Parts: sequence; C-alpha cells; structure tokens
Amino acid sequence: MPDAIAKIDPGNFVEIRGLSFSRGDRLIYDNIDIDIPKGKITAVMGPSGTGKTTLLRLIGGQLKPDAGTINVNGQLVNRLKRKELYLLRERLGMLFQSGALFSDLTVYENVAFPLRVHTDLPEPMIRDLVLMKLHAVGLRGARDLMPSELSGGMARRAALARAIALDPDMVMYDEPFTGQDPIAMAVVVKLIRSLNEALGLTSIVVSHDIQESLSITDHLIIVAEGRVMGQGAPEELREVGSEFVKQFLLGLPDGPVAFQYPATDIAQDFLQESGDLQAQGDSKESPHA
Amino acid sequence: MLDFLQRLGRNNLARLSALGRAGIFFFQALMHVPSVQSIPLFVKQLYAIGVLSLIIIVVSGLFIGMVLGLQGYYILVAYGSEQAVGQMIALTLVRELGPVVTALLFAGRAGSALTAEIGLMKATEQLSSLEMMGVDPLKHVIAPRLLAGFVAMPLLACIFSAVGVWGGMMVSVDWLGVYDGSFWGNMQAAVDFRQDIVNGVIKSLVFGVVCTWIAVFQGYDLVPTSEGISNATTKTVVYSSLSVLGLDFVLTAVMFGDL
Amino acid sequence: MRMRTIEISVGLFIAAGIGALFLLALEVSGLSLRPQESTYKVYAEFTDIGGLRVRAKVSVAGVTIGRVSKIGLDNRSVKALVEMQIRSDIDFITRDSIARVTTAGLLGEKYVDISIGGDFDVLGEGDYFESSQGALNLEKLISDFATSNL
Repeated sequence: MPDAIAKIDPGNFVEIRGLSFSRGDRLIYDNIDIDIPKGKITAVMGPSGTGKTTLLRLIGGQLKPDAGTINVNGQLVNRLKRKELYLLRERLGMLFQSGALFSDLTVYENVAFPLRVHTDLPEPMIRDLVLMKLHAVGLRGARDLMPSELSGGMARRAALARAIALDPDMVMYDEPFTGQDPIAMAVVVKLIRSLNEALGLTSIVVSHDIQESLSITDHLIIVAEGRVMGQGAPEELREVGSEFVKQFLLGLPDGPVAFQYPATDIAQDFLQESGDLQAQGDSKESPHA
Repeated sequence: MLDFLQRLGRNNLARLSALGRAGIFFFQALMHVPSVQSIPLFVKQLYAIGVLSLIIIVVSGLFIGMVLGLQGYYILVAYGSEQAVGQMIALTLVRELGPVVTALLFAGRAGSALTAEIGLMKATEQLSSLEMMGVDPLKHVIAPRLLAGFVAMPLLACIFSAVGVWGGMMVSVDWLGVYDGSFWGNMQAAVDFRQDIVNGVIKSLVFGVVCTWIAVFQGYDLVPTSEGISNATTKTVVYSSLSVLGLDFVLTAVMFGDL
Repeated sequence: MRMRTIEISVGLFIAAGIGALFLLALEVSGLSLRPQESTYKVYAEFTDIGGLRVRAKVSVAGVTIGRVSKIGLDNRSVKALVEMQIRSDIDFITRDSIARVTTAGLLGEKYVDISIGGDFDVLGEGDYFESSQGALNLEKLISDFATSNL
C-alpha cells in the first residue's frame, strides 16, 4: 500500500496531477492537471456534460480515478483507506445541486446532524452553533420547517448552513446558481463571497452561469472535452484565452464548439436517407412477392 | 446464434455481478449493526417497518384464520371429525401461512416502501451528502433498516398466527358449534412447541432477512431516476415473493420432511 | 413529543409480538412452563409397526402416559425396535405387559397401546417388553385369508 501522505504546494489546497477518468467507454478526463489555491474562490466552468460534478466527486473521494493523483491538503484522496477518507471528509463541506437535505428532519435537525454525529458537544452548545449557522444564511426563523416546506433557494441556503456546520476547510458548491430566481441567486452569490472571507475557506464553485461566477471568483478553470482549456485569473483568461475560452466566456452560439452535433455532410445525409428509404421499401415488399 | 449466446452471457454476467454486489453490500452493512448511537434510528425504523405493517397483518391474519375455520369445518364435518379443525387451523398457520403470508404482505407493504425511500434518498443526493459529510450511509441508513426488518418479521408472523388461530376459533367454536374442549385439546396434542412453533419462527426470521435485504439493496443499487425507482420497487416485490416461496419449500423439506 | 409516541408504539408492538409467541406456545402447542417431566425409557420389538411415527403417543387404557422417542431396526432379529419414553409416575408396567401398535379409529393415527399384565416384576429404565403385537396389516390379512381358503 503506497503512502497516502504527499507534499503539496503551500499556496494550494488541492493539486490534481495526471488525472484520467472514464465512465464506461466515455473518457471524461484525459490526463489533466488542476490547482485549487488555498483561501480563494475557484470556479470550475465548462459546457454541460463535461463532468464538472464528477470532478467534485473525485476530489471528495466518492469516485476513484483511473490514473493520476488527487492531493487534498497533503493527503492523496485516491489512496486513503475508507476510514481515513471519512475522517478527511469531515473537513470538507459540499453543497449539492438539489440541497440534499434529509427529508425526515427539520431544518434545525439537518444543520445539527453533522455536529451530533461527529462531536460530543452538549445540547446547548449544539443549539448555539446551529442558530449561528442558520443566522449566517438568514434562516434562523425557519428552523422548525421541514425541507418540503422550503423554496428551492431556501433549501440551498439551509444546505449551505449544514455544509459549514463543522467549520470545514473547504466547501464545494455544485451548480449553486442553477434554477434560482435572480434574488435567490444574488443571495447565494453574496453568501459564497462572505463565507469565504469570514471563515477563511477555500471554495470551489462548479457552474456554467458565467456572470455570477465571474463576479465572485478569484481563479477560473475552464474544462471541456476532457481537457483543461484555460486556468488562471478571469481577466487574464479573457485577454489571452484560446478561441474556445473566448467563445465560452462570451456565450457565442457558434465557434470552436459547433452549433451542429457532429454529423456527416448535410448534402450526403439527405441523399443517403432517401436512398435508404428506397431500399427499405424494396425489402419490405420482397417477402410478399 | 452467436448473438444469442453473447446476450445470454452478458445478461447472466450482469445478474451475477449484481448478486455479488448484493452480498458485499449485505456484509458491509452487517458490520455496522451493533452501535449504541444507532438505537434511536433503529427504533424509528422499527416503527416504520413493524408498527405501520401491523394493521394489514392483523386484518389478513384474522380473515385467513376465519376462512380456514370455515373451510376446515365443512371438509372435516363430512368425516365426522370436525373436532380436528383446531389442529388443522393451528398447524397450517404456525407452520406455513403465518410465516409465508406475513412475508408476502411484508414485501408488499414494508419492502416496497423501503426501496422507494432509499431510492429517493439516492435520487435526491441524500446518500451522497451523507458520504461527503463523513457519515457512512451503510451505517446510518442501511444498517438500522436491515436490523429492524430482521426483528419485525418474526414478531409480525407470531401476531399473524395468533390472530389467525383466534379468528378460526371464533368461526368454528362460536359460530359453527365445535366443542371448544376438543378444539383446544386436539390442537395442543398436535402442535409441538419445538417442532412447529420454533420452526415457524425460524422460517419467518429467514424470510425477514431475505425480504429486507432485497428491499434495501434494490433501493441502494437502483438507477436514481423516477423510472429506476419504480422498476426497483417492482423488483423488490417480485424477487422477495419468489424467494420467500422458494425458500419456504426448502425450509419445509429440511424441517418437516425426512430429507 | 412525536418521538415519544413512536417509542411507545414500538414498545407496544414488541410486547404484542412476544405476547403472541407466548400465546402460541402456551395455548396452541400446550407447552407447560413446568420443568420437563422426568421419564424413563422402555423398548419393544415389533414385526411390523405399520405407519407408526416418532412422537406418536403411548397409552394405557386410552390415557396417554408417554410418547415414542425413536424408531430403528434391530439388526439381529430384523424387527422394528421402538424406544418409548414413559412418565416416571407410571411405575406399574409389568414385565408381561403387551405393547400393541393400534390405530385411532379406522383411518386415524397409529399409536402404541399397552395392556398391563399380572406379573410382580415391573419394567424399569432400558427394559424390553417380552411380548408385542405389530400393526394389523389389512392387505396381508386379506391375502392370508384368500390363500387359506383356496
């Protein structure tokens, strides 16, 4: 068993080296290197379906890479034993796209859950901590509601309170802006920013909402087609990025990413189709003949 | 032909690997069973699995006992041996119908609910979020449910049989006029505690393990979409029912036959 | 508050389940909570035991005094060897008593009936009946009857 302890650049919280990952026959990541700087907000962006959520699951150790190493704060996630992995995860918070609140517990109990499981704190102290976290996300008054009674934006805020309940070192946000109305979106943007500053967190935001992400991010990583297309400060990328990066950041419909799904030549396609139909018609008739 | 063989091979490999996954899953979950912290979770599950199944078990047991009393009486009265109706009701219930019908109802009532619940937790990323919080879902979600199923099934089967005997007695003694002394006397002479009742309880324990295992695994292993959940729920009921009936034959042959 | 009702109902459920088990044990199977009565073993050899089964009752004058505990084949005499457990308080089975395999009713179950004799010696642990009578084999009876009449 190789040692799971490794050196890491003091400026980075996560270092990914030579990572390859495939799901079935589909290659999702092909030998990529990524740095997540400590104490900053990093946005991982890219078109839908490029495996941005997969990246978070790889960092959290829920998926194992086919090759390469994932170094989280000096520990190689893909080589940790089950128990060590669970210990490491107590230091990480994750906000899921749907919130993933426990549907049979109240908001209060949801936020108290990680505290109850991982600490032996007395009940009054748990109560203080939970109310503090709920106050930070503005839901102190909603503590007795069930998750089914919350709106989408409130559920995500409650889930955020739960994710920071144990004061983690890093919080990963999976598509925090998707499906939110403008006000709720603004609230989440403000929360991510203020939590990062107040708690000294390292944050990873996975998103394809360019405006919101660019407004808070310090470090931008663009992934597509299994590769890292650009990595660096947002302003820098906008200036010197490749054609693809520019297309993505500006949201143009056509460019290196073609509007058309890959297909054969259009003229040939139409001709061939009529030929095929003809042939099918023939074969259909022949058994009766 | 080769295509057919390939399909056959692929299907069976998929089935085998699912069976292997189910086995590993079962043992990993069992490793987590004893823990003081999980007692409240266990109680909650015992409520969901056991107490909420109670009504269907009691009502079915009552009616099945009453029907047995009625049918048994009309068959036996032709031979003038209607006093033996008690022994017939008791043996049928304690040995067979108690464990089997309870398990079938359990699969339909509690098993499908377990699968759907765990499936929904998976679909809404609750299981993932437990993992990311550093809490093992096997320990927190699966183990209490498995244990509750193991405990609930024999209790439900005993209640079913007891209510059934009472229902049969109500019909044959109170309504049809079988002499109650010979009703109980014949019953007690024919039913042996170790041979019949203990074996019945063992059967229901085995069914409890199998039904809960299937239900929980189907929920844990399903494809997290609405279609996946409905498929898995159906599978739970079908697989549980078939395994219960098949195992019942094997257990009966071992316990009561001279195999 | 809600947790309390859940806990109470779970408690009731477990109590009901265990209660049902006790009910089945005591009322349905007639298990007595008194310690197992002490018994002694006696043996009888039969030429034919018919459909006699283990756990069949052993009776005197129709009153059950024990049960058949084992059925085997005696290799030397090539007869069925039946082991019976008799209640200890039945200490008057004389050495010349006859053990007989009979049927309850015309089609009922086989059991062992014992007719007490007049000897002074009584059977103790491990003793054998001196005389026994096997099950009545209807087919054999009819064929004997038919051949003797021809």
